[in-house]
Amino acid sequence: MSKAREVLINPIFNDNPIALQILGICSALAITSSMNVTLIMCFALTAVVSLSNLFVSLIRNHIPTNIRIIVQMTIISSLVILVDELLKAYDYETSRTLSVFVGLIITNCIVMGRAEAFAMQNTPWLSFLDGLGNGLGYSVILLIVAFFRELLGAGTLFGYEIMVLVQNGGWYQGNNFMLLPASSFFVIGLLIWALRSWKTDQIEEPQFNLIQNSLEAENRKI
Amino acid sequence: MRNNDTVFKTIFVAITLCLICSAIISSAAVGLRDLQEANQKLDKQSKVLASARLLDKSKSIEELFLSIKEKIIDLDTGEFIDSMDLDSFNESSLARDDTTSIFLTSSEDIALIKRRENYQKIYLHYSNETLKSIILPVRGYGLWGTLYGYLAVKPDLQTIIGLEFFQHKETPGLGAEVDNPRWKALWRNKKIYGDTGEVLISVVKGTVNSSSTLSDYQVDGLSGATITSKGVSNLLTFWLGELGYLPFIKRFKKDTLIPEKIDV
Repeated sequence: MSKAREVLINPIFNDNPIALQILGICSALAITSSMNVTLIMCFALTAVVSLSNLFVSLIRNHIPTNIRIIVQMTIISSLVILVDELLKAYDYETSRTLSVFVGLIITNCIVMGRAEAFAMQNTPWLSFLDGLGNGLGYSVILLIVAFFRELLGAGTLFGYEIMVLVQNGGWYQGNNFMLLPASSFFVIGLLIWALRSWKTDQIEEPQFNLIQNSLEAENRKI
Repeated sequence: MRNNDTVFKTIFVAITLCLICSAIISSAAVGLRDLQEANQKLDKQSKVLASARLLDKSKSIEELFLSIKEKIIDLDTGEFIDSMDLDSFNESSLARDDTTSIFLTSSEDIALIKRRENYQKIYLHYSNETLKSIILPVRGYGLWGTLYGYLAVKPDLQTIIGLEFFQHKETPGLGAEVDNPRWKALWRNKKIYGDTGEVLISVVKGTVNSSSTLSDYQVDGLSGATITSKGVSNLLTFWLGELGYLPFIKRFKKDTLIPEKIDV
């Protein structure tokens, strides 16, 4: 696999920013209650992370080490403000729903993490692809989470009725818990479980080994 | 390898970067401002129209809004004020200013809005040169934040046409069901004031008992969102009461002052 292909494809399943690196969880919890909003958020984040990687990489040979984090932050926040302004101008409804979360892309660990870990050492084209790959990896997880949350919580997908809710005269009793941010923990947890059962090399070494019961512990001492 | 860590280079990079970024952002902000403001205005207008059930897919918002006349009223006296500029009217900045708003004591402040502005912009809908509905902005605290909305009433100022919130922070699926078309449909033809003039309209817990004498004044609660439902009740009680639109409503009924006709 060529290097370019590798940096683009790897973050989607092999080195997923959410499932393996456990970055960017906050927005994965907050905005995944509907597919529409999630999709826009994914576009916004993917655009920001790939462009910030590109620009950071372009000037990487001129960034003084002392202020490199601030330089990265300036580039990232400028891009985020730009995305926010564009959303307000062209998709006002969504920008109102996303409200503060667009601004919070600035603090999304994925963006900063990729700029510092990858773009500072690699060429612009590779960095751009790496950003794109990580954005896609983030999007895949978010869309899966949003799929389950919107379907089970509200009985809809992209706002279209799939299972008609009881309060709308149908049969499906919506799971209100799925509409609360905390439910994403369960969906993401199950996703990580599924992913690691499929790709067993992602399983981490346990930090502690649990001993089954006290009797066994006693026997070991002897 | 070049040395990037000299004081000169550090300052140079920092300043250049800041200049470039700020130039890009300011030009985007200035370039997109018209579009953004138009969006905001359109959004507000569409909610005003929605509350009075005037939205029509085949017509544009601007076109529909031609049948709406905006008026500013003095909330204390209930009089129309013609001297204020309609376009720059902003109730939230008025509510922050001591000279244009009043402080609400905790017993008065049932909608939990802290301060109430002395003026409000209301909307009058005309069809064939007759007044069809009056749309009143309302707001009050729900569970997570303030709900902002429009209440549309018939010219008898007793019968509700619709209630539409354009901004709130309630939980999706629970409190945010205030946006559910089925729930909003329940408001149609509900009555506001009882025989002695007190505000009776309220959101009840559970479903309305249709055999009750009060059923004309009650709307089903949102399941799982008791606090939001209560907030909606409270904000209506406040805004339809003495500190809200009641002075205007009394005056309107007594004088039957007919706002000037408009071309439709």
